[in-house]
Amino acid sequence: MSASAATAARRAFAPNWPARLGLVALGLYCVYAMGRLDITGERLVTGLGEAGRFLARMWPPNFERWELLVEGLLESIQIALLSSALGILLSLPLGLMAARNLSPAIVAAPTRAFVAVCRSLHYVIVAILFVKAIGFGALAGVAALTVASMGFVAKLFAEAIEEISMKQVEAIRATGAGPGGVLLYGVLPQVASRFTGFCLYQLDSNLRNSTLVGIVGAGGIGGTLFAAFKRFDYDFVAAILLSIIALIFVAEVISGRIRAAMR
Amino acid sequence: MSLSATQATPRGLVLRGLSKEYVPGKPVLRGIDLAIAPEGMTAIIGPSGTGKSTLIRCINRLVEPTAGEVLLHGEDIARLRGGALRAARRRIGMVFQEYNLVERLTVMENVLSGRLGYVPLWRAWLRRYPEEDIARAFELLDAVGLPEHATRRADALSGGQRQRVGIARALMQRPDLLLADEPTSSLDPKTAVEVMELLARLTGEAGVPVIVNIHNVDLARRFAQRIIGMSGGAVVFDGPPEALEPEHLRQIYGGEDWL
Repeated sequence: MSASAATAARRAFAPNWPARLGLVALGLYCVYAMGRLDITGERLVTGLGEAGRFLARMWPPNFERWELLVEGLLESIQIALLSSALGILLSLPLGLMAARNLSPAIVAAPTRAFVAVCRSLHYVIVAILFVKAIGFGALAGVAALTVASMGFVAKLFAEAIEEISMKQVEAIRATGAGPGGVLLYGVLPQVASRFTGFCLYQLDSNLRNSTLVGIVGAGGIGGTLFAAFKRFDYDFVAAILLSIIALIFVAEVISGRIRAAMR
Repeated sequence: MSLSATQATPRGLVLRGLSKEYVPGKPVLRGIDLAIAPEGMTAIIGPSGTGKSTLIRCINRLVEPTAGEVLLHGEDIARLRGGALRAARRRIGMVFQEYNLVERLTVMENVLSGRLGYVPLWRAWLRRYPEEDIARAFELLDAVGLPEHATRRADALSGGQRQRVGIARALMQRPDLLLADEPTSSLDPKTAVEVMELLARLTGEAGVPVIVNIHNVDLARRFAQRIIGMSGGAVVFDGPPEALEPEHLRQIYGGEDWL
């Protein structure tokens, strides 16, 4: 056997047949699904024509009823802040209890299950449930977004805690510190900056989410938006959408600044 | 703690039949019997994986011994639980190979964490340590040669500086015993000697006995008054540095080409 033959027989990169077949299958299924859903070029053209008329009716945005607009926005901001604060407060113990490196399995497993349940339903569905259970208004929105925040933040907290260096924890334990001391000096300093990041991110997304829960009657600007849609007040709809975009944009800038300062 | 005392409480550390099996049937420590005097430095040498770290960690129960007694001043640490175990731990300082400082806390906070076993939680949380603790922390920082670094974050320090903070943290506990697990293995040779000198001097001044795991036989000879050689989870040499012959090293580490 010659050396060149041996080299030719060796492969530097093994072909990944499952991945290739998977991609082909995915492409074929996309084509099939478009056929099933009647997505054709013709349908697209009529749709675009409708969109043009709709956009024309939205312009210019109508800010005449700005008091209604501001009232809704303020309620949305309040919902977002309250639900973020509550959700984060509840997430702190939940995250700790769900972290498998610090909690015994008998605590961690049920906590993880509870957090998973909080995450499993979309927050709009949770909002509908709360509207039915405790009535229309901002309370339902706060409750729904608190549950959503808990599911999200507690999971991230738990994951951050599971990634800490146990050497630092061991050293604090060796000083004779109790569980509280280990937590304050061994665990929290390692995760504090990531925790703050998660909290800012959750506040951001709660602001966005709080504009939507109103559509199902759980308070905030969403209710105003939905009412305007139903009355075909498209110019007012445009004004509301622009305000929401401005609000999210401002929040994004502020949280970006805070994050940069934290580093 | 009641003692079945037929005589005065023995001072220092006594290990009796100390065994550890991480996996049942595969002992890492095979019934260690040792008595460590309440003063001076004892160095444990031996190849990697022979149970030196496990031995040291069994003393302050960072590792749970499978069997045996760990008697510190007559009290069996191996039997303690909860608050009693924590009270025993705060009397035992520990210095680690990779320093194990809390990276994102300041030097001062790391040193003061040596008091966590003593101060109430709210004081530790709000950093309201008693003035004498803070004064002592500054004294220790002066003693380890880091007088200007109190407010720097631990992750901004060099390896040698971190280990100095580690020593200050351990001494902050006012320990009856100091354990050092490979304190110089992550340091360059010059810094290693400096750190060992510091450790020997400060513990000598405070009258704290030290048990140190160390890979460097020369450092062990230079600083320890007693050398314990381990191999295969058992003690195979125990004596003063002068008595340590190449024959013993061959027995501890195996082979002889490296000698």
